Amino acid sequence: MSKPEAKKVDRRKFLAGVAVVGAAAVTADSARAAVLPNGQIAPVAPSALRPSTLMAQVDNGVHAPPAALGTHAGLTQGRPGSDYMLDVIKSLNIDYVVTNPASSCRGLHDSIVTYGDNKKPELITAMHEESATAMAHGYFKASGKPMIALCHGTVGLQHAAMAVYNAWCDRAPVIMMIGNSLDATQRRPGVPTTHSVQDPGSLIRDFTKWDDQPTSLGHFGESMVRAYRIALTPPYEPVLIVMDEDLQEKGFAADAFPVIPKFVMPTAAAGDPNGVREAARMLVAAENPVIVADRAARSQNGVNLLVQLAELLQATVIDQGGRMNFPNLHPLYARGGGPIATADVVLGLELTDFFGTVNNFTDSAEVTQGPRVKPGTKLISIGMGDVYIRANYQDFQRYQPVDIAIGADAEATLPMLVEYVKAEITAARRAVIDKRGQAAAAAFANSADRMRTDAAGGAWNATPISTARLSAELWAAIKNEDWALVARDQSVSFWPHRMWNFSKYHQYIGHSGGAGVGYGLPAAVGGALAHKANGRLAVNIQPDGDCMYAPGALWTAAHHNIPLLTVMHNNRAYHQETMHLQRMATWRERRVDRWKIGTTIENPNMNFAKLAESMGVVGIGPIENPNDLAPALKRALEVVKSGEPVLVDVVAQPR
Amino acid sequence: MQKSLFLALAGVTGIAVTATAWAQNAPGGNAANGKMLFEHVGCYQCHGFAGQGGAAGPKLVPALEFEPFALQLRMPRQLMPPYSPQALSDQQVADIHAFVKSLPGPVNRANVPLLQ
Ligand code: HEC
Repeated sequence: MSKPEAKKVDRRKFLAGVAVVGAAAVTADSARAAVLPNGQIAPVAPSALRPSTLMAQVDNGVHAPPAALGTHAGLTQGRPGSDYMLDVIKSLNIDYVVTNPASSCRGLHDSIVTYGDNKKPELITAMHEESATAMAHGYFKASGKPMIALCHGTVGLQHAAMAVYNAWCDRAPVIMMIGNSLDATQRRPGVPTTHSVQDPGSLIRDFTKWDDQPTSLGHFGESMVRAYRIALTPPYEPVLIVMDEDLQEKGFAADAFPVIPKFVMPTAAAGDPNGVREAARMLVAAENPVIVADRAARSQNGVNLLVQLAELLQATVIDQGGRMNFPNLHPLYARGGGPIATADVVLGLELTDFFGTVNNFTDSAEVTQGPRVKPGTKLISIGMGDVYIRANYQDFQRYQPVDIAIGADAEATLPMLVEYVKAEITAARRAVIDKRGQAAAAAFANSADRMRTDAAGGAWNATPISTARLSAELWAAIKNEDWALVARDQSVSFWPHRMWNFSKYHQYIGHSGGAGVGYGLPAAVGGALAHKANGRLAVNIQPDGDCMYAPGALWTAAHHNIPLLTVMHNNRAYHQETMHLQRMATWRERRVDRWKIGTTIENPNMNFAKLAESMGVVGIGPIENPNDLAPALKRALEVVKSGEPVLVDVVAQPR
Repeated sequence: MQKSLFLALAGVTGIAVTATAWAQNAPGGNAANGKMLFEHVGCYQCHGFAGQGGAAGPKLVPALEFEPFALQLRMPRQLMPPYSPQALSDQQVADIHAFVKSLPGPVNRANVPLLQ
């Protein structure tokens, strides 16, 4: 921080509002960056120019700085570096920066709210760095636009780290920005120094695509734009930019700001035509091809293409739900792994876990494992997993040998695959394919009927409320709205995916990726913020344990008037762990009645409605009688339609 | 008590014989105690309080007959935790079975507008 220079401003002149900065006050840096020997201002970022004698002179500071660096300099002489940083951010068309306020980012924070007038990007206040990151994660998946998560260096990034890992596993391009103080002689002693670090990126480097700690404004411009482009090149992944505090706070000549490097939206890598044609042949020749999709669709176009491919082949599509890949009421839709057993060709699209898709692994006292597919089943993979992979964290899962491996983005490759499939289908194959389609349609009709029978099962009128009843009542409340589910529905036994009608990409947000708990609520708030722009009703089915990691996200929703309907799936436990404890005790032949210790969230019971109310969110409940659900949801809908968040606490069955 | 016979389930050849033998002498079950055990021991974790089933375990209603029910508890087919006689006595298994048998079936779908 260049405070010494600021002190040199003549006090009387300053008070008179004419604090014209004299040559002596100009830092060598600011002069070097901008002024050519002929007295003109360097028109572009130094790095964008080929080295020349002229530029070398500028870089070496051979030439004298200009006499004046502009007006309205403030105590910080010249324009603060963070103004330039904001200009770069603005050039990327970023709508929001979500932050847990941090002294190491105070320069940029001030620039956003004063120089930028808190508009595009607007600052969103989060109550924890993990929440900030999860909000940016959820926001991207609902909007298709990255958001910046602005966090304190060191301790802030440590808080954020788990959420960054989630985003990494989930292929979400969260733009992490943190502050750090590089120059030991300039940084404040005590806490700011404790919070400074030589290599901040090392903390999350295993699960970010790229990071940099620029040391000049020109360097910042290039690295910020590069980071943004890298993050948005499939596979989308988080990136980190570290802002030196000195660089944020130091003054620069008004015209010393480097030119902002140009950003173009990158395109995705499509597969090699030979491999794709080979895959098409295999699929068309198959008797029972099955398509499995995890993070395949990146947009509605991906969904449309997958529908096209599936219908051409009349192939079942198992949607593993990393994203909304395929309409759940389409006759070719499947959720579980069942159809894999009868497949003779399996096409995996951006599978996180191809091994787990085609193999069984039983978590029992004596582990059993083996193929889930018939011998001789051919496997084709299309995905970026082979193109971009990192060691250390094992999110890439076990190695699965395949017959055709296409290292490419699935959505970008689908148009080519569709065309090759069309070309391969002969009249004879058409007949086989049509027959397969008829069988699939009949099976699907049966499954819809089975779903209703299961839902009506013994717990329809039960207390605690069944997850089927919860999902059915919620569906009845929202189905005529423009809705989007900003949560995963595993904890409620996937009832929404059995009952509701998901047809649009934006209607389902997928899941956390890394299964790091504490993602659900803030990601839902981020998703709701994205849907707010389109007037969509964002719906969150919220597990209780996850909620308590980051309840402050409710306050963020209230503070920023983010309409979000949260329905608690309050089963009063870290329920998954109860089941693990049950396994341990039975395998060891010990007492099977001790599993509640350390796993339940009762005694006292949480009152989530009161929790919500305490943060300015309308709270309804706890609802224990299933017949009270419909009126509670009706009221909740009124609140959310008025533009506010609301929470309905539903005491529910475990799964 | 059929405890010793249940222990024999570990031996592959014993399974069919044991199940039949037990069927003939199946202890009468106390449904009220079975309900307590179903919740206390944690069957509901995966099967739901009403045995309705969910993502972690199948529905239990309509209930299996006693032999296959007991066999599933002692030697689960796949993912379910195995309840040995140390964990649940034969009498307790019978009580849980009596409770599961007493559970009401599905409501009549025709009367539920949400399920049309
Ligand atoms: C951790 C989850 C879990 C717990 C706890 C559990 N089960 Fe199961 N249960 C399962 C699963 C999964 C299956 C499916 C078969 C398999 O994987 O073994 C199953 C199957 C069954 C079946 C066979 C149903 C059928 O129609 O084939 C019965 C009966 C049953 N369980 C009863 C019980 C009882 C009684 C208890 C408590 C003593 C219990 N289960 C506890 C998960 C569980």
